[in-house]
Amino acid sequence: MTNLLNAILVIVLVLNLFALGTSRILAVIRTVAFQGALLGLIPLLAHEHLTIPAVLAAMAAMAIKGIAIPAIMIRALREAQIKREVEPLIGLLPSIILGALATAFALLVSDQLPLAGPRDGSLLVPTSLATVLVGFILLITRFKALSQVVGYLVLDNGIFIFGMLLIEAMPLVVEMGVLLDLFVGIFVICIIVNHINRAFSSMDTRRLVSLKE
Amino acid sequence: MPLELVLIAICCVSASALPGLCMARSSVWGQRIAVAVMVGAAILGLAGAWSGFSLGKTPTLGLIWPAVGNSMVGLDALSAFFLFPIFIVGGLGSIYGLGYWPQRQYPGNGRKLCLFWGLLVAGMALLVISRHAMAFLLGWEVMALSAYFLISTQDYRQECRRSGWTYLIATHVSTLTLFAMFSLWRWATGSFSLQPVAGQAMSREVMNSLFFLSLIGFGLKAGMMPLHFWLPGAHANAPSHVSAMLSGVMLKMGIYGLVRFLSLLPDPPAVWGELILALGAVSGLLGIAFAIGQHDLKRLLAYSSIENIGIMLMGLGLAMLGRSAGRPEWVVLGMAGCLLHVWNHSLFKSLLFLSAGSVVHGGHTRQIDHLGGLTRRMPWTSGMFLLGVVAICGLPPLNGFVSELLVYLGLLRSGTTGGAGGSAVVLAIPVLAMIGTLALACFVNVYSAVFLGLPRTHAAEDAHESPLTMRGPMVVLAAGCATIGLAPVLVGPILDRAIANWWSDTSSVPPSLGSLAPLGAVGAVAVSLVALILALTVGLTLRNRRARRVGTWDCGYAHPTHHMQYTASSFAQMIVAMFHWALRPRMHRPRIEGPFPQPSRMHSHVDDAVLDRLLLPASRCVQRWFDWFHRFQQGLTQHYVLYILITVILMLSTLIPFNEFIARLFAR
Repeated sequence: MTNLLNAILVIVLVLNLFALGTSRILAVIRTVAFQGALLGLIPLLAHEHLTIPAVLAAMAAMAIKGIAIPAIMIRALREAQIKREVEPLIGLLPSIILGALATAFALLVSDQLPLAGPRDGSLLVPTSLATVLVGFILLITRFKALSQVVGYLVLDNGIFIFGMLLIEAMPLVVEMGVLLDLFVGIFVICIIVNHINRAFSSMDTRRLVSLKE
Repeated sequence: MPLELVLIAICCVSASALPGLCMARSSVWGQRIAVAVMVGAAILGLAGAWSGFSLGKTPTLGLIWPAVGNSMVGLDALSAFFLFPIFIVGGLGSIYGLGYWPQRQYPGNGRKLCLFWGLLVAGMALLVISRHAMAFLLGWEVMALSAYFLISTQDYRQECRRSGWTYLIATHVSTLTLFAMFSLWRWATGSFSLQPVAGQAMSREVMNSLFFLSLIGFGLKAGMMPLHFWLPGAHANAPSHVSAMLSGVMLKMGIYGLVRFLSLLPDPPAVWGELILALGAVSGLLGIAFAIGQHDLKRLLAYSSIENIGIMLMGLGLAMLGRSAGRPEWVVLGMAGCLLHVWNHSLFKSLLFLSAGSVVHGGHTRQIDHLGGLTRRMPWTSGMFLLGVVAICGLPPLNGFVSELLVYLGLLRSGTTGGAGGSAVVLAIPVLAMIGTLALACFVNVYSAVFLGLPRTHAAEDAHESPLTMRGPMVVLAAGCATIGLAPVLVGPILDRAIANWWSDTSSVPPSLGSLAPLGAVGAVAVSLVALILALTVGLTLRNRRARRVGTWDCGYAHPTHHMQYTASSFAQMIVAMFHWALRPRMHRPRIEGPFPQPSRMHSHVDDAVLDRLLLPASRCVQRWFDWFHRFQQGLTQHYVLYILITVILMLSTLIPFNEFIARLFAR
């Protein structure tokens, strides 16, 4: 079981780096959708006994992260008529290197974290930390509003993985609530993206500085 | 029963403006109902306070407030003493508001003013009757915040907002200091209730900290000299009856806090009394000196309030000295001076502010040098202002004289019986005398510039007398001044009760005021003086019946103009120059060149020593430092996320055992 789980987690880590290294927004969205769907499998593998909450959480996560959110984003992308991230703050290669450094840092730190449960040799904690850090890097280095949404999604994926440690302790309601929040959040942002595009005739979030007092 | 009356009055007062809020903006009935409720509640409250006096100490009443261990309110002579000005000025001021701030004329803020007026009165009455820190702070905050809204009534004017903010900052500092003080009190005594503590209950350091915290917290509210910076602007920019309330009553809440709290602390060291006396002397002297330099009628009155607070503090300081030296007669005279001056000041300062409001109402300006010659146009206002001026200068036969006389008597007695420490106290006497003289100069200046001579502007020429609703309250206040001045014997027993209440030493009884001060003689002198003045007036009127009436300054000039008279500034010039070291007046002189110079003008003004010279430059400096932080706030979301990331990484990095790594590295 642990081997299969770790294999999935390694794929997640690779997808992180892929998301950092692609300039086409459509490809990044698909990558993250795939990552989200993959994460839906983890609840089924992380624990020995399959419980109904775990199965429900898995199905909901796959449906929302793998299908619903990407669909909304692709729709927003089509309406805003943009194809690629024009100028990231730092180049694509440096982003990948930063992502790799973040992954290494996460692996280094996760051994030291004072966690309650026994260490079973799985990569859950380091993957979650690495994914969160990559989400931050995406948020910081991308300027297009939609890319930022992607960064936010990656960040949330990281938190989702961390939540897997607690799936037995956490009620199903909480998990569903988090997913609903995420869904609504992305939905609203995608609508706002269109408005930003129309108001500023650009999707560059740096233009929003002009709203500052 | 008296306590219940006061509580009912507080409830009515705080709810007085609610009917008005439900009515239309243009309706005049809201204000009328509020005034009617206000006056009724004030009479109830006064009745309660009076019966509280006659019954002596009444049982305290628990307020159910489980969070802080059930609060308490109670009524004793000291509380009742301070309730009088609150309800008198509260009721009279709201009547005055009918004429001065009618809802029809100010539809935008009239209802707001009514609402917060009621809340201000209720807050002050609550804090005066509270016997528990929480009820006290509740009343204090209600008072402080509603005063803020009253000061910024005309919030469309920039200076109004500015002084409102200054006041808000000052009052928050004061409240925070009080929080600290009551927390310390709780820590030292184990309870929030305001009961006197036993002699050895606290260490000297705790007592000193409590004293200094209370001095700062209450001193800020009272407008003690270095902490007075919020006061002139707030008083000048509020509507006049609000200024009367702030100056006449709200400042006294600072004095009340100080008086009440000092009565709870056992065995005060002599330094406390000396400090309060010195602060009082400084406030008195500099307050009146700054008043002389002002050009704004209400600002001048505000500075003169600082002077009067100084006189009260001198009385309080003397009483504290008496307590530490074990001299009951100093305590009685000092405390009587302080308390009576509280009443007197609330009467004559309210009278002056209401008359000033009447001047503003009639002449549409607060600038002294734009007024002039108002006696002919506003005879009632002029007469009332004159009465107020005589009272505030401490001249017989009005009430200011009585309270200042008590302070003088106390100070003199300390000089003759106090030994070495006492002779130092005697130095306060010349200061007090100087304060009185300067006050006289200041108010002669104001009165002559505003009411005598020729009108200096068209606005002053067209001034008109105020309506009856404004004159009535002024007459009542003036009658109060005259009563205390002519029959000081009446207030003797009241003061005795209040002082006995303040007396923390239960084993002995304080000597009565009547045995220490010749109140009867003072009254007799005052009455005979009034009789003399009346006789002279009648005689002169009879003799001058035939006199021809001519214009003011009409002595042989072909074309007398209003420029040919002294302005208030020129009159004050000599004294301002004398206090140059403190006032630092700024002159803007024109350059006069050539044989035919262009018309030009000069003007001078006196900035506030603390606000304009110290606090504003200091805050500008701090602002410059904080500008540096702006470079971290660019408005870019990316930057903010970066800050979060850096924080997260730094915090996670603390988990990495670097020491171990390094040790391993070197071990190899």
